[in-house]
Amino acid sequence: MAAYILRRLIGAALVMIAVATLVFFMLRLVPGDPIAAMLAEAGSDEAREALTRKLGFDQPLIVQYFKWFGNMLQGDLGASIYGSNQPVSKIIVEALPRTLSLAFLSFVIALIIAIPAGIIAATRKNSAADTAVSLFAFLGLSMPDFWLAILLIIVFAANLQWLPAIGYEPLSAGLWPWLSHLILPSIAIGTGFSAIIARMIRSAMLEVLNADYMRTAASKGLPTRIILLRHAFPNALIPVITVIGIAFALLISGAVVVENVFAIKGLGRVLIQGIQNRDYPVVQGAVLVVSAFFVLSNLLVDLLYAVIDPRIRYS
Amino acid sequence: MPLLVVENLSISLFDEGHETQLVDRISYQVEQGETLAIVGESGSGKSLSSLSVMGLLAKELRVTSGRIMLDGEDLLSLSSEEMRQRRGRDLSMVFQEPMTSLNPVRTIGSQIMESIEENLGFSRSAARTRAIELLQEVGMADAERRLRQYPHHFSGGMRQRVMIAIALAANPKLIIADEPTTALDVTIQAQILELMTRLCREHGTALVLITHNLGIVARYAQRVTVMYGGRIVEAGRAVDLYHRPRHPYTEGLLRSVPRLDQDRTQPLRPIQGSPADPFMKITGCRFHPRCPYAAPVCRETKPAFEAGAACHFPLNQESRDAS
Repeated sequence: MAAYILRRLIGAALVMIAVATLVFFMLRLVPGDPIAAMLAEAGSDEAREALTRKLGFDQPLIVQYFKWFGNMLQGDLGASIYGSNQPVSKIIVEALPRTLSLAFLSFVIALIIAIPAGIIAATRKNSAADTAVSLFAFLGLSMPDFWLAILLIIVFAANLQWLPAIGYEPLSAGLWPWLSHLILPSIAIGTGFSAIIARMIRSAMLEVLNADYMRTAASKGLPTRIILLRHAFPNALIPVITVIGIAFALLISGAVVVENVFAIKGLGRVLIQGIQNRDYPVVQGAVLVVSAFFVLSNLLVDLLYAVIDPRIRYS
Repeated sequence: MPLLVVENLSISLFDEGHETQLVDRISYQVEQGETLAIVGESGSGKSLSSLSVMGLLAKELRVTSGRIMLDGEDLLSLSSEEMRQRRGRDLSMVFQEPMTSLNPVRTIGSQIMESIEENLGFSRSAARTRAIELLQEVGMADAERRLRQYPHHFSGGMRQRVMIAIALAANPKLIIADEPTTALDVTIQAQILELMTRLCREHGTALVLITHNLGIVARYAQRVTVMYGGRIVEAGRAVDLYHRPRHPYTEGLLRSVPRLDQDRTQPLRPIQGSPADPFMKITGCRFHPRCPYAAPVCRETKPAFEAGAACHFPLNQESRDAS
C-alpha cells in the first residue's frame, strides 16, 4: 500500500512538471504581453525596454523557463510582476482557503442533494419522484453556474436580504459569517455537480437493486431501509466515486467563475486577474496548485476504492 | 397440521397489461421437519412458486389465485411489513448462485450476524458468538477468522455453506433451497445436500428442495413433487416415484440421468423436444408434444390430477396398486 502511494505520488509529480511546462509555454503563446498590459499606450520605448530587462523577459525563452523551473523546485514561485510585487506563494496561501472552503461546501451541498435524490429515483423508478429527479438533473446540468449565481444573489441577497451577496469571511471570524458568505456560491456550484452525481447514483443503484445479494438480504427479513443503505448503496458507490473524482475538476472550474460573481478573492479570481494582466508568475503558480489538487483528488479516489471495495488491493 | 400448505396457487406475469400464466393452480404440503423435493426443468414454475412463498416475487409477477398457509396463517393476506417479519424468522431461503448471492463488500460475519440481530434481537457480541457457532455447524474450520473475511475469499462450495448458515441463523421452521447445488462442482454437490438435510433434521427444520435433477432427490427427500409447464404432473413418496413413475415426464426425467441401480450399458435417453414455452398456448396436457404415449385425448383435454399423477394414461398402474 505504501509502495503504491509512493509510486502514485512520483507519477503525480511528473504530471505536475508536465503541466508546469505546458502552462509556461502556452502563456507565452497567448497574444499580448505583460509589459504592454502594465504600461499601456503611455510608456516610452525606453521605459518598456527597462521594464523588460528588469523582469528578465529579454532573455531567451528557454533560459527563462529553466530559471523559473529551478526556482520552483526550491519552492520559490516568483513574485507578481504587477502592483505591489507580492510573492506568488503569499497570494496563493491567501486565496487557497477561500477556494477550498467553497469547494468543500459545494461538495457537501452536492452530496446532500444527490444521495437521497439518486436513491429515491432508483427505488421508485418511473414514478413521479423519479421524473422530478430527472427534471432537476436536466435543469441542473443545463444551468450555467454563473447564471444561477446571479439568480441566487437577486433572490436571497438583494430581495430577501437573507445572505450577503459578496465577499468572504474566514472561519476564524466565526462559523456563521464564514458559512453565510459561502452558502449562495456553494449552491451555485453544487447544483450542477449534484445533478451529475444524482444521475450516476440512480443508474448505479438500479443495477445493484437487481443483484442476487439484494434478494438474499430481503430473504433475511431486513427492513427496506437497511437493505438499501447497507447492501445496495455501498455497492452503487463504487462507480459513483469515479465520477465524483472526475467531476472534482468541475468544482474548481466552477469556483473560478463563481468566485468572480461573488467577488471572493479565491484562486479563481487570482487566476482570472493574472490572465487579464498577463501576470505570468501568478498564473503559473495558480495553475500548478489547481493541478496539484486535481492529481491528488484522483489519487484519493483510487485509494477510496480499496476502502469501499474489499476486493481491490493495491500492491 | 402440515407446516406449509400451498393450495391452488397460480402466478401470472403481467407485462403491459398482458397476462401470461406461469404457474397453474399447484398444491402441495410440507410437514414439520420433512424434506420435500420439487423437481422440474427450468421454466417449469418451481422457483416462482417458492419465491411466492417467501413473498419475494418480482413486481411484474403476481399471485392470481390460491392460498399459502404457513403454520395456519395465510401468508398472502399479510401486509408487506408483516411478511418481512416472517422472512428470516419463520422461513428462509438458500439460492442457486452462491457466487453472487453474498454481498461482495461486506464481511461474511456481518451478513450472518445481521439476520441474527434483526430476527432474534441479539446484541452484537451475542450475534457474533452465534455466527461462529453457525459457521462451525456448516463445517467451516477457523470460523472466527473466517467471520472477518469477504465473500471473494471463499470458494463456491464454501459460500453455499455460508448461505446455509444465514438461512439457519434465526432457526426458521422452513428453509427453501432453490437449486442449491446446481452451480457447484459435482463432487461438492453431495456434500452440500448432505449437510443441508442433516442440519435441517437436527434443527427440526422443514426443507423444500428445488432441483432439476430427479436423480439426486431420492436420497434426500421423503416426498417429491414433479412440475412441468407450471403444473404439477406427479407427486408422491420418493421411493415410489423413483421406481414406479406414473407420469411419462417423470419417467423421461429418470431415464435421462445416470443411475447406479441400472444397467450401465443402457444409453441415457433425453426427453425429446424442448421445455414448454409459457408464452405458447398448449391445449390439453402441456406435456403432450413431447410425450411418447400421447393420444388424441391428450391434445384436447387437460388431465385431472388423480392418484398421484396428472395423466390420461398413467404408467405402472398395476405394480403401484399391488404394492
